Amino acid sequence: MLEMKHITKRFPGIVALNDVSLSLKRGEVHALVGENGAGKSTLMKILSGVYQADEGELLIDGATVHPTRTRESEKLGINIIFQEFSLVPHLNAYENIFLGREIRTKFGTLDGRTMRGMAREALDKLDMHFPLDRPVADLTVAEQQSVEIVKATIFKCNFLVLDEPTATLTPREVKKLFEVIERLKGLGVGCFFISHHLEEIFEIADTVSVLRDGCHVYTGPVDGCTQDQLISKMVGREVTQAFPPKRGVADAAEAPIMEVRKLRFPGSDSISFEVRRGEILGIAGLVGAKRTESFLSLIGRDPSIEKDVLFEGKPIELRSPHEALTHGIGYLPEDRKRTGLFLPFSIRSNIVVSTLDRLTNKLGMVLPRKEKALSDRFIARMRIRTTSDLKTVSELSGGNQQKVIIARWLASNCKLLIFDEPTRGIDVGAKAEIYVMLQELAAQGLGVVVISSDLPEVIGICDRVLVMRYGSIRATLTGDDINSEKIMLYASGGENG
Amino acid sequence: MGEAAAADAKSREPTGGLVGLAKAAVARPEFVSFVALIVLMVLTASMNDNFLTVDNLLNITRQVSITGIIAVGMTFVILTGGIDLSVGAIVALASTMMAGMIANMGFPFWAAALLAIMGGTLTGAVSGFFIARFALPPIIVTLAMMEIPRGLGLIYTNGYPLPIDREYGFIGREYVLGLPIPTLIMLAVFAVAYFVLNRLPLGRYVYAVGGNEDAAILSGIRTARIKLMVYAISGCTAAIAGMIQTSRLLSGQPNSAIGIELDAIAAVVLGGTAITGGRGHIVGTLIGALLLGVLNNSLNMIGLSPYSQRVVKGVILLVAVLIGYLRKQNSR
Repeated sequence: MLEMKHITKRFPGIVALNDVSLSLKRGEVHALVGENGAGKSTLMKILSGVYQADEGELLIDGATVHPTRTRESEKLGINIIFQEFSLVPHLNAYENIFLGREIRTKFGTLDGRTMRGMAREALDKLDMHFPLDRPVADLTVAEQQSVEIVKATIFKCNFLVLDEPTATLTPREVKKLFEVIERLKGLGVGCFFISHHLEEIFEIADTVSVLRDGCHVYTGPVDGCTQDQLISKMVGREVTQAFPPKRGVADAAEAPIMEVRKLRFPGSDSISFEVRRGEILGIAGLVGAKRTESFLSLIGRDPSIEKDVLFEGKPIELRSPHEALTHGIGYLPEDRKRTGLFLPFSIRSNIVVSTLDRLTNKLGMVLPRKEKALSDRFIARMRIRTTSDLKTVSELSGGNQQKVIIARWLASNCKLLIFDEPTRGIDVGAKAEIYVMLQELAAQGLGVVVISSDLPEVIGICDRVLVMRYGSIRATLTGDDINSEKIMLYASGGENG
Repeated sequence: MGEAAAADAKSREPTGGLVGLAKAAVARPEFVSFVALIVLMVLTASMNDNFLTVDNLLNITRQVSITGIIAVGMTFVILTGGIDLSVGAIVALASTMMAGMIANMGFPFWAAALLAIMGGTLTGAVSGFFIARFALPPIIVTLAMMEIPRGLGLIYTNGYPLPIDREYGFIGREYVLGLPIPTLIMLAVFAVAYFVLNRLPLGRYVYAVGGNEDAAILSGIRTARIKLMVYAISGCTAAIAGMIQTSRLLSGQPNSAIGIELDAIAAVVLGGTAITGGRGHIVGTLIGALLLGVLNNSLNMIGLSPYSQRVVKGVILLVAVLIGYLRKQNSR
C-alpha cells in the first residue's frame, strides 16, 4: 500500500498542491484526472523524488519514506513512465532496459545473455512483443512504450505511474496497453493512471481521484460515477480571472481571412475551417490533438502535410515561415525560450528582428534610430516593464518576455496572428493585459487564433472554438456552447469521439 | 546585436561617462585577450629592446594579416554556430589558381586576383549549400571541403609551387602611407565586416541564426540563405588571404596554409566569440589575431624554440578560454 498524506507543495507565487492525500493499493488501477495545471504531474514528481513535498509524508506499507532522487524511488519499488520517454534512441531495447544497471559477468564485462534472457522473460510475462535487438528509434511509439514498461517493471516494481500513456497511441494500441495493465494488475502492481481521456478511465480504472487547482476534490470507485460528474468536478471552479467583455462573434457574412481545406495528417480525418477577420478563434484540445502541428504546417514550417489554403480569397502555398510573414501571417510559438526568444540579445533586437527590412535607409543600412523608435513604441504599447530597450531579454520575467514576442509580431503588421499558448506560465496581471491586447487586435480587423490548453482562457476570450482530437476537428462551438463541459466532452472523445 | 551586447553591458550599470565606458569594456568577453595582449607586449619589451620598434610592430601586423583576414570569415561562420575547416584549402586553391592565371595564361594581376577571390567565394558557397540545404553538420562538410580544393590545387600544379614574376610582389611586400599593404587590406576587411555585422540586416540575421535557429525560422528569417552566405563569405576572405600570400611568396603554393583554419578559429575564440554561436564581436577577432601574432613574435624574440612555442601557445589558449568561462559564470 502506497500512501500520500497531506502533501503540500509550493512554488514561488503558487501553491501547486494543497493538502492532498491519496493512496494506492497493490493490484489496483487508480485514475488521476484534472485539468492542465491541476497538480497531477507535480504529485507524481513528488512520488518519484524529483520534487520534495513541503509538508506531508509518503508511506509504503505504513513506513515513512523520503525519496530524493528517481533512483531512490525505484529502489522503493515506485516507477514512473513519463509522457516523454527517457530512452536512448540508438541503443537497442535490452540495452535501454538495463541502462545504468547493467548485469555484469564475474569478469566485469556486460552479461548480454543474462540480460536478454531476463528481458525475454519479462516480455513473456506481460505478453508483449517487440524486437530486443533493434535500436529503439526504429520501433513504433507503442513499442517504445512497451520498452519503458519493461524497463520500469523488470526489477522491483510494486507501484507504477503512467502519465498520459495513451496520448500518442492509436485506438488499437490503447487496447493492447490496457491488456498489459491488466496483467500488471494480476502480478500485484498498483498503477496510477493519468489521462485526459475520460472514457478510458471507465474502461481500465478501479478508482478515480480528481484534482482541481492543487486540491484533492474527489476519490471514489469508478462504478457508479459518470463522465459528466467527473467533468463537473474537474472544472467546477468559479472562473476567477477577469476577462474583458467579448466583442461578440464577428459577422459570419464577412469574408474569412484564411480558409483551410482538407488539411490531413496521415491516419486522421481531414481538417477544414476558416478564420474570420475580427474574431478570436480558439483551438482547444488535449495533448496529442495536433493543434500546434496543424498551425506549424499552415505557416510552412512543415510543408509536407497536404492541404489547400486560401488567404484573403487567393490560394497560397507556404513553404517557409518567411513566406508566411511576407503574406502577413505570424505564428507565436508556445515555448518562448526554446523557439521564441533570442535569449542573449537585447529587448530591442528581439522586437525588431522580423521587421529589419523596414528599418533601413536607401543603401540598405539598418538605422539604430529607427530601431529604437520602433522598439520604444512597442515597449510602451505592450507595457513591457524595463529600464532600457537594450536590456538583455533573458533578464525579464516570463510575462514581459511573452510581451516582447507579441511586440515583435505586432511590429510586423501581420493580418493573421496565431498565438500558441500565449499566457502559459505567466502571472495573472500580464495575462489580463495580453487578453485586452488580443481583443484590440481583433477589433482592428485582424484574424486572431489562440491555441490554448487553459480552458478558462479559451472560454473567456474566444468568439468561436474548434475542439481538436487526434488530428481532426471534433466540434465547432460558439456562444453559450463555449463552456468547460462541452470542450472537455469533445476533447476527450465523448459524443461519438 | 553586437552593438546591443556592448551597450547592454552599460545598461546594467547605469553609471554614465568614463566609468561606465570602462566598466562596459571590462565586462566584454574579449577583454581577457586585450589584457593578455598588453601584458605580453610589456613583458617582451622589457626583455628585448628590438620588440617595441615601429618596424617590428608593423611586421607583426603584416604577419597577422593572413590569419586575421581568414578569421573575419570564420567569425561570421562561428556566429551562426558553424565551423569552417576548409579555409586553408581555399587559400591553397586560390593561390594556385591565381599563379596559374598569371604565369600560364598571361592574365593581369588584378583580373587573376578577382577571379581567384570569386573562385574562393564559390567554393565556400558549395560548403554552405550542403550545410544549408541538407542540414549536414558543418564540421563534416568542411572537412570534406578541406580535401577537394587542396586536391585540385595539387593536381593543377602537380604538387610543385608555381612561381610568378617579381613584379607581382607589390601587394604582399610594399607599403602605402607607411603601412604594409597586407595590413591595410586586413584593416579594410575588418571594417567591411564591422559594417555588415552591425549595420546590415544580414549581420543581425547572422547573430539570430546562431542565437536561436528555431526562433529565427519562426521569425521569418531565411536561415538557409544566411548559412549559405556565411560560408561564401568565409571562402571569400580565405581567397583574399590566398591572394596576399601568392604575392608575398611570389608563387602559387598548393601546400600552403595547412592548419591555418585552427589559427583562425583560435583568433575568433580568443576574441570572445562563443563557439556555440550568437554572441561575439568582430573587434574581438582582431584582438585575438593580434594576440596570436604578438605571441609568435615575442616567443621568437625571447629565443624560445619553435617546439616550446607550441606548448606555450596551447597553454595560453586554454587559460584564456578558461578565464572567459569563469567570468561568464561569475556574471550570472
